Amino acid sequence: MADAVTVTDLVVERGRRRVLHDLSCAVPAGRVTGLLGPSGSGKTTLMRALVGVQRVRSGEVTVLGEPAGSPGLRARVGYVTQSPSVYPDLSVRENARYFAALYGRGARAADDALAAVGMTDAAGQLVADLSGGQRSRASLACALVGEPELLVLDEPTVGLDPVLRVDLWDRFHALAGAGTTLVVSSHVMDEAGRCDRLLLLREGRLLADLTPGELRADAGTHDLEEAFLTLVRRGEEVAA
Amino acid sequence: MSAATAVLNPRLTAATTGRVLRQLRHDHRTIAMMVLLPSLLLGLLYLLWRDVPSLPGQPSVFDRVGLTMLGIFPFVVMFLVTSIAMLRERTSGTLERLLTTPLSRLDLLLGYGLAFGVAAAVQALVTVTVATTVYDLEVAGSLWLVVLIAVVDAVLGVALGLLASAFARSEFQAVQFMPVIVLPQFFLCGLLVAREQMAGWLQAVSDVLPLTYAVEALQEVGRSAAETGTMWRDVGVVAGAAVLALALAAATLRRRTS
Ligand SMILES: Nc1ncnc2c1ncn2[C@@H]1O[C@H](COP(=O)(O)OP(=O)(O)OP(=O)(O)O)[C@@H](O)[C@H]1O
Ligand SMILES: [Mg+2]
Repeated sequence: MADAVTVTDLVVERGRRRVLHDLSCAVPAGRVTGLLGPSGSGKTTLMRALVGVQRVRSGEVTVLGEPAGSPGLRARVGYVTQSPSVYPDLSVRENARYFAALYGRGARAADDALAAVGMTDAAGQLVADLSGGQRSRASLACALVGEPELLVLDEPTVGLDPVLRVDLWDRFHALAGAGTTLVVSSHVMDEAGRCDRLLLLREGRLLADLTPGELRADAGTHDLEEAFLTLVRRGEEVAA
Repeated sequence: MSAATAVLNPRLTAATTGRVLRQLRHDHRTIAMMVLLPSLLLGLLYLLWRDVPSLPGQPSVFDRVGLTMLGIFPFVVMFLVTSIAMLRERTSGTLERLLTTPLSRLDLLLGYGLAFGVAAAVQALVTVTVATTVYDLEVAGSLWLVVLIAVVDAVLGVALGLLASAFARSEFQAVQFMPVIVLPQFFLCGLLVAREQMAGWLQAVSDVLPLTYAVEALQEVGRSAAETGTMWRDVGVVAGAAVLALALAAATLRRRTS
């Protein structure tokens, strides 16, 4: 299976602290890859490096065959930031149309993207008047609208109810089925089970790169939360 | 590296202009203030000087100051509005997101320049109309030239606002750039003290401040019915300063941040 993203010896410093330490990993094409790890482990930083807005100290990030952030990639990669980044003083539809235009798409594409996240009914509402979950769905729609080959989603399901969450994960798998590569971060371990592959981060280092099944088998427990903790403890014992 | 790829895509620039204008349209109070405030402030100046006799053969104080204000209002207002708007893009994460899309940095900045340029044109049309009909402001030259100069001033304000916002980390800082950028230019532009009466070094400083040329251009239009070469040169200087500030703003807008 081809890799859509390869990261080699990536070192990132933010402020005066080293946030990613010689990180190497790969993201398989046409799959949903989960990026998991505790708060502050470097998930957002790694995603920023993938989309080319993170200043890196050293190392290489190759996305769809090009260095991350190259101009040619900008129409092929979609990014949803952790806190919703849409214009609060525009309606949901106006936001979607603006981002559609940036990707060279029309009003139809914008409407389709809003329908995909269940925001058709709220399309005329100002983003400032939305609930938190609606706002993050609007933000997601603004990335879906470009139909990118790689979607980088930073905690897209935070604040959503279980029904919507399941809907969105089905949508993610449908996109992957159609060939899109997805990188989805989360610190909710029950979402890990929905990923094809998991990258587990801890303190800026890659703890494991495996499937949910392998994680369960490795740790000898069915509970993914438990399994993650087992791996973390094992890592600490090795370090000690 | 990415600075060299700052290509321009008119379609994306236009989409951004449309987006900024749409944001404005949802904000009725800002529109009302933008369009009406200069006229009201000009009215205050009119009342202030109405009963002060002017020297024979000289233009009245209001004619001189009021006309200059037609260039200063759009500069100040657009500087403030743009630096806040750009700072909001930065802090809300929309800028980071835009930088991952095909939109180039120049598209973004020009998009802002055009949007607020349009807003400034509306503001200038209203203010010039009110000034000449309600307050009897006397202008020897064409009123269209006054509008043109006001719009060029506004674009200069937009460009400097975009540039200044790169150095502001918070709204508090952004707002304080206004006095830093605007007041020295206002003090030295030749309105408070004629440029010939300034100390030599102050005159030299005044020579390199773009607002000086905007004010001189307006005074030329106020004085002579025919278009003067000085006026066009001044307009060119202000426009050139705006382009320079936009280019600097594009250069200081980093795609990759730590
Ligand atoms: N702008 C910044 N300047 C300096 N340090 C930063 C900055 N942003 C994040 N960091 C630091 O980098 C580290 C990794 O942060 P990052 O945002 O990548 O974590 P995360 O895994 O996404 O966490 P969360 O799950 O809470 O979103 C943290 O220790 C954080 O304090
Ligand atoms: Mg994060």
